[in-house]
Amino acid sequence: MQLPLWPEAASAVATEIDYLYIYLTVVSVVMSVLIFGTIFVFCIKYRRRGDEIPEPIHGSLRLEITWSVIPFLVMLTFFWWGAKIYFLNATPPPNSMDVYAVGKQWMWKVQYPEGQREINELHVPIGRPVKITLASEDVIHSFFIPALRIKHDVVPGHYDTMWFTANKAGRYHLYCAEYCGTEHSGMVGWVTVMEPADYANWLAGGGSSGTMAQQGERLFEQLGCSSCHLLDRQGRCPSLRGVYGSRVQLSDGKTVQADDAYIRESILNPNAKVVSGYKPNVMPSFQGQITEEGILQLVIYIKSLGITNAPGAPTAAALAAPQNGGKQ
Amino acid sequence: MADTHAIATGHSTGHSSEHPPQLRHHFDDMHQQFDSATFGMWVFLLTEIMFFGGMFGAYTVYRSMYPEAFAATSNFMNPAFGAANTAVLIVSSLTMALAVRAAHLGQQKFLQLMLVLTMIFGTAFLVIKGFEYHEHWVDMKVPLFPGHWAWDGPLAPPQYAHQAQILFCFYFFMTGFHAVHMVVGLGIMTTILLMARKGSFGPAYYTPVEVSGLYWHFVDIVWIFLFPLLYLIGHTKNLI
Amino acid sequence: MSTALQDPQTTETPNYLNAEYGWKSWLFTTDHKRIAVLYLISISVMFALGGVFAMLIRLELLTPQGDLVNSDTYNKFFTMHGVTMVFFFLIPSIPATLGNFLVPMMIGAKDLAFPRINLLSWYIYIAGALFALAAIVMGGVDTGWTFYTPFSTTYSNTFVITAAVGVFIAGFSSILTGLNFIVTVHKMRAPGMTWGRLPLFVWANYATALIQVLGTPVVAITLALVGLERAFHIGIFDPAIGGDPILFQHMFWFYSHPAVYIMILPGMGVISEIVTCFSRKGVFGYSFIAGSSLGIAIIGFLVWGHHMFVTGMSMYAGLYFSLLTMLVAVPSAIKVFNWTATMFRGSISYETPMLYAFGFIGLFTIGGLTGLYLGTLGMDVHLTDTYFVIAHFHYVMVGGMVVAYLGGLHFWWPKITGKMYPEGWGKFSALLVFAGFNLTFFPQFILGYLGQPRRYHAYAPEFQVLNVMSTAGASVLGIGFVIPLVYFLWSLKYGKPAGNNPYGAKGLEWTTQSPPTTFNFDVTPIVTEEAYAYAKHEETHVG
Repeated sequence: MQLPLWPEAASAVATEIDYLYIYLTVVSVVMSVLIFGTIFVFCIKYRRRGDEIPEPIHGSLRLEITWSVIPFLVMLTFFWWGAKIYFLNATPPPNSMDVYAVGKQWMWKVQYPEGQREINELHVPIGRPVKITLASEDVIHSFFIPALRIKHDVVPGHYDTMWFTANKAGRYHLYCAEYCGTEHSGMVGWVTVMEPADYANWLAGGGSSGTMAQQGERLFEQLGCSSCHLLDRQGRCPSLRGVYGSRVQLSDGKTVQADDAYIRESILNPNAKVVSGYKPNVMPSFQGQITEEGILQLVIYIKSLGITNAPGAPTAAALAAPQNGGKQ
Repeated sequence: MADTHAIATGHSTGHSSEHPPQLRHHFDDMHQQFDSATFGMWVFLLTEIMFFGGMFGAYTVYRSMYPEAFAATSNFMNPAFGAANTAVLIVSSLTMALAVRAAHLGQQKFLQLMLVLTMIFGTAFLVIKGFEYHEHWVDMKVPLFPGHWAWDGPLAPPQYAHQAQILFCFYFFMTGFHAVHMVVGLGIMTTILLMARKGSFGPAYYTPVEVSGLYWHFVDIVWIFLFPLLYLIGHTKNLI
Repeated sequence: MSTALQDPQTTETPNYLNAEYGWKSWLFTTDHKRIAVLYLISISVMFALGGVFAMLIRLELLTPQGDLVNSDTYNKFFTMHGVTMVFFFLIPSIPATLGNFLVPMMIGAKDLAFPRINLLSWYIYIAGALFALAAIVMGGVDTGWTFYTPFSTTYSNTFVITAAVGVFIAGFSSILTGLNFIVTVHKMRAPGMTWGRLPLFVWANYATALIQVLGTPVVAITLALVGLERAFHIGIFDPAIGGDPILFQHMFWFYSHPAVYIMILPGMGVISEIVTCFSRKGVFGYSFIAGSSLGIAIIGFLVWGHHMFVTGMSMYAGLYFSLLTMLVAVPSAIKVFNWTATMFRGSISYETPMLYAFGFIGLFTIGGLTGLYLGTLGMDVHLTDTYFVIAHFHYVMVGGMVVAYLGGLHFWWPKITGKMYPEGWGKFSALLVFAGFNLTFFPQFILGYLGQPRRYHAYAPEFQVLNVMSTAGASVLGIGFVIPLVYFLWSLKYGKPAGNNPYGAKGLEWTTQSPPTTFNFDVTPIVTEEAYAYAKHEETHVG
């Protein structure tokens, strides 16, 4: 008979959250014992013995202030510690390895730049920061790994990201944590954290369809993108070489950063941001013709056409080579 | 129990001479009844502010997300209609305020005249709105009705098609809910007018007139906010 | 007539229950006490219905596999459990029953300010409930009580619009009740009943009414937009056509967070009344308890984002909402400390209502403290959408609100019906509820930290033992709820006649006969003393 009472911790952040949890619990227990104990004592000491009428006690400003301010200060320590972890979780380090996960009713489709694809499984190495880019094909999902104490909602219409660094090998639950329909409780899987050498071996098994960039390149040709964006000589559309990471000037005068979200939007709603010097209504929308997975492959491919160097962004050459699990 | 003194007031021994027929049993006197009724109407209007406010809030959020799109849709609003409606409603609030005053002073004929004028202006508002909706219907600017929505032409940048549809939905919801409140207001005014014709109101009792006046002014004020928000901001083309 | 105030009641003595007979005298009544009874019956039916769904959920969760019913059916169970419990039981509960009955009496009035609107709000509630029942009977809704988009607007194949219409309509019932209470407390207080002398139950219902009036219209418009989006595919909440699903969450939680304070504040008011009576002592820190009700009402409007920490909102928004969530805990803590201090040097007796009050203080404290876990940003990332959240809100809603409601029902039952319930059974049920409740929901804190997500039809096998414990507890809890139903009904015929004031409590309602006459007071009382003036001489200050 299994009776687990505490989840495994597979990252430094998870351990820190455990300490925070213990701290919260200790404070809560102390508060509760104080209150319940006091009431218990009062119940016995001041139980009704006859017809006595007790002396009224109107109140005490000093007590009220004391037992407002002190608990609030204690709560501020909760707030501060929690905020610190939250901020840490919000910014992936620049050398993170990328993984892409698409949530769709009712499965997780995970893709690696090297080309592996998995369903409801995620393999990561120990010690390397992993940045997961999340997309939804349909409704809101949530990518939850209890052993790492992290989750992030996967909201349709844009990309969400989360990151972690696992520090303990093992196999851990992966859950969808935002109710998404019939098989919400079936949208579960496993995260396998591996020693670096094992991870490199696993990765070398490769995907049968080529790297994500290669898959993206095939899509790029199939959907006709190359006829304009690579081969065009008439200036109908902007070239995509080096566009990733650059600042793009739009026809309304604004400038935007060409990141994953920009590329995704340009594919699905091209008239939303038209590049300066080009006309609207030339590029068709691919809404409904391409899956979120496909869009991610195209994003990786476009990255491989050259990146204008945002600090920390990997170079095209680094992207083209398969990622080695042990490399830092 | 002996700690609260109880005194006999007039009520427990039946109707006294200072017990007007409109005084409801649970109130001590007409003043309390009037006070409660007007306060109650203010609280109700507060809930209406939250209701319309929710819509205004959602509209504001979308507007700040897609400012150019919303500015483009302003080109299809007809500020002439909007301005006419604003003028009509402001005048109707004037006649309503005069009606309340007339009731207070017991001026029966003037009261009825002002109520009728208020209703005429209120109806005029709805008629103008009807013409305006009809113009949108013909111009293919009514979303969700196949055959009556199209976003094209020189004033309709195509990249804003989705947002334009959302904006026009907001436009019809907000003005539509407002118009429903106007219709309810006309119903209320009808009731008040009928009561006025029976001579129910005078200095001693004019609570329903006062309370209806508050409601009418509120419906007017909502329009005062709707008009610039939906018609004026971002309007670039001069439509007659 | 005035001598009847002193005598123990017989059923022949004229009171609001026997003033008129016949269904018309009930369905067209404007007496706030009769309307309270109408509400009492209606919400008890909805509570029973919600409880049936709860039992079905817990039965399914006895085993890790989804083997009792299929997934769609299970999803409907938890949705309908939430919808009936939140909108058709918890939100109306105390204000519409005990509040309706007692607020006019506590301030020395003959009725609420707008008795006909009071009746209307009951009819509106019934209309809303009929729509919700229709949705259930036609096949149910499976979106969760939170109706998140785009699932509810585009993907669900169930009767979302019907259910949303039911909730929309019921919202107006809540608004009108709130409006009535606000005007009543402002305008209908008896001479000498100043704001500073109001019973804390009145303050609690007043603060609740403020929230009802300001918050409910927002959820009304939100649900209206969901219905319109579902019917006409406008695109407000659907990202595929340019909409924003997170906007829905902001609008929804803007109401639904204050709504939880609608649910708990009246319960806190009940506890203030019970603790003072059964300590036979004035409350400690009256102005702080009254002020804290208002404080909770106001700050409660500013914290809704703590339901959305993992949706991708900006970190700075997260900081703001987390900080304010800590702040809103302070007024609740003040109440708990003040109730405890009220017992200091009191004269404490342990009748059933007081047992429920003790239960409330214990369970609400735990529920409130676990709310702090959820308000702590990094911690919430792990805990949100797990069983920890379910445990937290059941501790405050059931361990807090329902326990307070039962305590209040027991406390004022003699006043409402003129009969006493059997005290032995009352104490037994209170203990059963306490034990069953903890066994049901405490394991869920552990499950949540372990990572069992909420709204899961099937779960990982290693979680079974804790789930079985929880189901066992739910059975005990269910029995604990059924027994009072039985003996309350039994007491209507066989209960000992209660006098005007069986507990020797302070408060204008106890000066009337039990059950009261239709107009409550033969003569309008004049109030000359503070609330809870159990002792007559000078009060002392401590500290």
